[in-house]
Amino acid sequence: MRIDLTPRADRSALTDALAPVLAFLAALVIGGFVVAAMGRSPAAAFVTYFVAPLSEVWSLQEVALKAAPLALIATGLAFCFRANVWNIGAEGQFVVGGLFGGWIGVASHGATGNTLWVLPLMLAVGACAGMLYALIPALLKVRLGVSEILTSLMLVYVAELLLDYMARGPLRDPAGFNFPQSVTFDDAARLPYLMEGDTLHAGVAIALAAIVVATLVLARTLFGFTVRVVGASPRAARFAGFSDARLTLAVFAVSGGAAGLAGISEVAGKIGQLQPSISPGYGFTAIIVAFLGRLSPVGILVAALVIALTTIGGEGAQIDLKLPLDLTRAFQGLLLALVLGADALSRYRVRLVPGAAA
Amino acid sequence: MTPAAPPARTEGPTPLFGAYGIVKRFGDFTANDGVDLEIRAGEIHALLGENGAGKSTLMKILYGLLEPTEGVVTHRGDVVRLANPEAARALGIGMVFQHFSLCENLTVAENIALVMPKGLNGRTLKERIGAVGAAYGLHLDPDRPVWSLSAGERQRIEIIRCLLQDPRLVILDEPTSVLTPGEAELLFTVLERLRDEGRALLYISHRLDEVRRLCARATILRGGRVVGACDPRAETARSLAAMMVGVQVGEVKPPSGVPAGPERLVLSGLALPAPGLHGTALDGVSLSVRGGEIVGIAGIAGNGQAELFDALSGEALAPEPGMVRFDRVDSGRLGITARRRNGAAFVPEERNGHGAAPALSLSDNAILSRHATAGLSRFGVLRRAAAKALARAVIDAFDVRKAGPDPAAGTLSGGNLQKYLMGREILAEPGILVVNQPTWGVDALAAAHIRQALLDLAARGAAVLVISQDLDELFAIAGRIAVLHDGTLSPAVPAADTTRETLGLLMGGAAPPVAVTPDLTRENLARESAHAH
Repeated sequence: MRIDLTPRADRSALTDALAPVLAFLAALVIGGFVVAAMGRSPAAAFVTYFVAPLSEVWSLQEVALKAAPLALIATGLAFCFRANVWNIGAEGQFVVGGLFGGWIGVASHGATGNTLWVLPLMLAVGACAGMLYALIPALLKVRLGVSEILTSLMLVYVAELLLDYMARGPLRDPAGFNFPQSVTFDDAARLPYLMEGDTLHAGVAIALAAIVVATLVLARTLFGFTVRVVGASPRAARFAGFSDARLTLAVFAVSGGAAGLAGISEVAGKIGQLQPSISPGYGFTAIIVAFLGRLSPVGILVAALVIALTTIGGEGAQIDLKLPLDLTRAFQGLLLALVLGADALSRYRVRLVPGAAA
Repeated sequence: MTPAAPPARTEGPTPLFGAYGIVKRFGDFTANDGVDLEIRAGEIHALLGENGAGKSTLMKILYGLLEPTEGVVTHRGDVVRLANPEAARALGIGMVFQHFSLCENLTVAENIALVMPKGLNGRTLKERIGAVGAAYGLHLDPDRPVWSLSAGERQRIEIIRCLLQDPRLVILDEPTSVLTPGEAELLFTVLERLRDEGRALLYISHRLDEVRRLCARATILRGGRVVGACDPRAETARSLAAMMVGVQVGEVKPPSGVPAGPERLVLSGLALPAPGLHGTALDGVSLSVRGGEIVGIAGIAGNGQAELFDALSGEALAPEPGMVRFDRVDSGRLGITARRRNGAAFVPEERNGHGAAPALSLSDNAILSRHATAGLSRFGVLRRAAAKALARAVIDAFDVRKAGPDPAAGTLSGGNLQKYLMGREILAEPGILVVNQPTWGVDALAAAHIRQALLDLAARGAAVLVISQDLDELFAIAGRIAVLHDGTLSPAVPAADTTRETLGLLMGGAAPPVAVTPDLTRENLARESAHAH
């Protein structure tokens, strides 16, 4: 028995658009069976996961706050993945961006006079730190041919341990009763709230702006064109005169910068100080988001909202239905597998060839 | 497929294999539309047609790779179902593909063992390879690794693989496209022998001279339908071509005398190490092309054509700047974009994935090679309207047939995409144009169009370098011809002063003959070609 995949000649925009929707419905059905097998009501679980978070203003804001860093990181990663460059270390670039940007926040604590420069400097330093940190695996790949998958991943642990050390050591609040955290930032070092009395801060606006900019860059600039061609046909990209090495450095810089900016936005936004850990795995989840969104900025926005929704809903399910957090993670993984599968089925016709050797 | 009684339309003896009313649809596209074909034992039957005429589809149906939407295949008058290649092989149908499916790092015997029934003892297999080889003059050392073999030798593996199964019908898809004239002669001897043994051969080729030499019957396809059947020996190459394309094919204008233009493209002792394990090193390649002339580079695939093209285009940089000079500018260390800015243009052999990105639209593919020379990007921002206008201009000037206003390049047929890529470069009015295999796999009408465009460009003063395996093409358009063998280039000689035989010897790596040797016999060619490997 052999399975043949033949490209469909009759692909339509409609099936392309419907494929992820059907995959989502299939994931709901499978998830419902799992919930039932665990002895809970699938209907109640559906309400807790997907309806409750959307029914109140505060939980809608929570969804947006969760989605913002995911969308920002994934948008940067889309440049890498489209160019067949594998940056798996966005988590580390996120942490480094938060750490060095946050350092400015710690250093400027208690500054007097005009403090308008503090926040822009924090954001710039955060983005640059993420960019430079991402250039380490990029340079190792371009100069020495080292696999960027391994180096970028391993540098995540370096970054996490560095933040852990800094938050417990040099940057610890001297008046903080030995808690492993820095001083709380001044208001000048915090991202402003979008509306008075809400939790929604400017990090959400930064993520939305990044999605608009990325869409324009991919569609309208020579750099975006280069990224698309290298991903689609590397040999044709060389014929076009685009250098592999320069592009590898550029897409690592873009994705590292986006991750670093997301990191400092999180630190200057929701957290407001440096802690030993600042990310619940945003940099890794963003890889799923990038592919769920098919590497297009608008798709990524939708995917980030869906993943954020299930995460917030999953927290509710833990409390209300005593369902484990692992179920949420399993559901997110299932969703990715089904979306990729549905994409393959919309692009290829599957034919079983009985009795044939592979 | 609906089983039906075999149609009683045969005259004379029952054919060995028949295909009747074959219809094959892919979505809205009908590749075969009611095709009838009868193949008799002991004949070499030609299947002729342009690209997209439906030859490959029909061939795949006969070999069980595709099932027809409608119609029946018969074997000795009985309806049979060819669900897969195994079923076809069980009926005695064998196939020699145009693109070899061989593992480079395995030996000849190992490659053959891969497709033989399991449990066959290695020594027995080698004996059988030796026996078949001796019987048909297909000499091969079973222990040689495939990567060390020439294209002709690789094809022998495919043929032996096929013959070990004692086929009644052998389907050959463009078998001479990778062979030297000498190797092709050897192949023809083998094919005639197979025919004389009573086997049937279905021969698919673009080369009409070969068809006229080998085949007693031909079926001509156009647009998925049979438009004619004839005895090719009673036709001329031009009349066959006219039947294939449905109109009279205009002959290209022959090149005029020696041009007096300045030297525009100069290679001086270009040497480059092999790019990979199986690549070819370039060794002391020297050549000069003047404005107004077309120089042809003949040679068998894999003798450094791709490496030479890359060195000319700047995709591979030369060790010294002066080894490649375009219009007196040392260009050896310049990238492809800088060379384009200096007035050079390039069309590579591989259309999909090298000359064009198949998933991108035609206007995006205009940006691909023209972003720097047609002002399609200003301060890093693409000018989409200008790209679309350029794509439209190319489509109009080169009569590119396509579906939709700006379709993906990969949806065009080979000939139309090649016309688009040619037009994309020629509309830049380059001073220097380098083309690798300009009409490979392109139908006769499109090929004539492309050759005329090259001649016109040279007539406007450009230096044109054409790398081609097709000697007929080079004789039709090139003023001078050089031969690339194993990374070295022979001196370019006027096309009028040389012959196919002389070039064939050089292509096979024989010492350059002192004088033209027109009385070369087939045996001589065979011996020379055997020496070469």
